Amino acid sequence: MATDIVSAFATAFGLIVGLDPTFLAVVALSLKVTLSALVLAAVAGLPLGALLGITRFPGRGATIVVVNTLMGLPPVVAGLVLYLLLSRSGPLGGFGLLFTPGAMIAAQTLLILPIVVALTRQTTEDLWGEYGEHLRSIGLTGARAVPTLLWDGRFALTTALLAGFGRASAEVGAVLIVGGNIAGHTRTMTTTIALETSKGDLALALGLGIALVGLTLAINAVAFSAGRIAARHVG
Amino acid sequence: MRDLPSILPLRFEGVGLALGGRELVTDLDLVVERGETTVLLGPNGAGKSLLLRLAHGLVTPSRGRITWAAGQETVADRRRHAMVFQKPVMLRRSVHANLTHALAAAGFGWRRRRARAAETLDHFRLTHLAGRPARALSGGEQQRLAIARAWALDPELLFLDEPTSQLDPAATRAIEELLFGLKAEGRTLVMASHDLGQARRLAGRIVFMSGGRIIEHAGAKNFFESPRTIEAAKFLAGELL
Ligand SMILES: Nc1ncnc2c1ncn2[C@@H]1O[C@H](COP(=O)(O)OP(=O)(O)OP(=O)(O)O)[C@@H](O)[C@H]1O
Ligand SMILES: [Mg+2]
Repeated sequence: MATDIVSAFATAFGLIVGLDPTFLAVVALSLKVTLSALVLAAVAGLPLGALLGITRFPGRGATIVVVNTLMGLPPVVAGLVLYLLLSRSGPLGGFGLLFTPGAMIAAQTLLILPIVVALTRQTTEDLWGEYGEHLRSIGLTGARAVPTLLWDGRFALTTALLAGFGRASAEVGAVLIVGGNIAGHTRTMTTTIALETSKGDLALALGLGIALVGLTLAINAVAFSAGRIAARHVG
Repeated sequence: MRDLPSILPLRFEGVGLALGGRELVTDLDLVVERGETTVLLGPNGAGKSLLLRLAHGLVTPSRGRITWAAGQETVADRRRHAMVFQKPVMLRRSVHANLTHALAAAGFGWRRRRARAAETLDHFRLTHLAGRPARALSGGEQQRLAIARAWALDPELLFLDEPTSQLDPAATRAIEELLFGLKAEGRTLVMASHDLGQARRLAGRIVFMSGGRIIEHAGAKNFFESPRTIEAAKFLAGELL
């Protein structure tokens, strides 16, 4: 057993260092799906979260509770909901997205969006408490205040986006359900790890596991040092 | 200062504000004439900050009218008065970017923004701090920047809410020098203060408030030499705080 694991590690490193094409394709697809979802969630979630942070309307409290709850939405449930929407007989079935990378992007967007909205809401609400009167004084009210708040909250918001990236890149359930884990087409790092482990092919699973953790580590390290350098310059 | 038709006088007529059923300020009648420096005095909770925020349009009165030279305030009028807060609001950006941000909000294009920011930094002797994070400045420097940022917009009228209350005597004097400069440029100032010495130095007129009302509105010399109300006399004697 011990030698099995050792040889699995050796093969795993071989896959990584040797830039094995199957391995690379899976990593590339994962990155493409998760980064696309992150961009979509950021584009929609940052302004939405900021508006939620600075406006007052009936039902705002309930909206915040719902968004906060959705942060913990189990990925399999997100996948299931999207599956029902996208399946041939579902309301969005006409797009033919099911079992494509597009469906996986949609699923992960659904997972990241509440995180981005909720954390942006919190950040901008705190900033608005501090900046509100000054911004209103210089004529930046309502939606016109949003760019200032997003920019000045950029360090906290980067952390929110990283949390979103972490959640999406780590989940299996949603992409498995709507992507179908089709070889060469919709296989991500996590779905491949799950499949290969159950088949007993530990080498590929391990290689992908190492790559996944390494990527997340690298992204966090870059964001952390960028944040520190920038913070020194703008306070 | 630009040569534009004046937005003054600013007129409060029976202005009141109630929040949650509580009357915070009541029956405010006041005229601020062009070129005057008015200092609002009064104990904590008198309503000085509220008066400033009402005048600047940050709060809408629940009773009465606030009018400007042209009657109802126009969008163009709104641009001609600025406010400096007790605790300077510093964006998480450089000193320079704090200026360009306010200028951008006022509709200055990129080139004019840079020129005006440079002129402002120079005028307020902040050029050496231009690249520093605004929030890393000292309290006095932050207040100087806050005033500079308001000045950059070339306001005819400035509202200042206790601009020196958090500063040491030297920084207070430096800010007062700036305020004298603003007066000399013909700008109109309305300022809340707890510092009677400062009020004597700067004020042309005094508005004395207590309990959400204007108790006295008089020329500074008259107010300090012969207050008309017992409350004002007590306040000056340091008994009403
Ligand atoms: N948003 C608000 N909600 C409820 N009450 C308020 C609000 N703003 C001000 N008040 C109340 O209105 C009164 C006047 O407040 P204001 O801040 O104008 O006093 P002030 O004269 O500026 O006092 P200070 O000298 O302490 O700054 C106070 O009793 C205050 O508690
Ligand atoms: Mg006050």
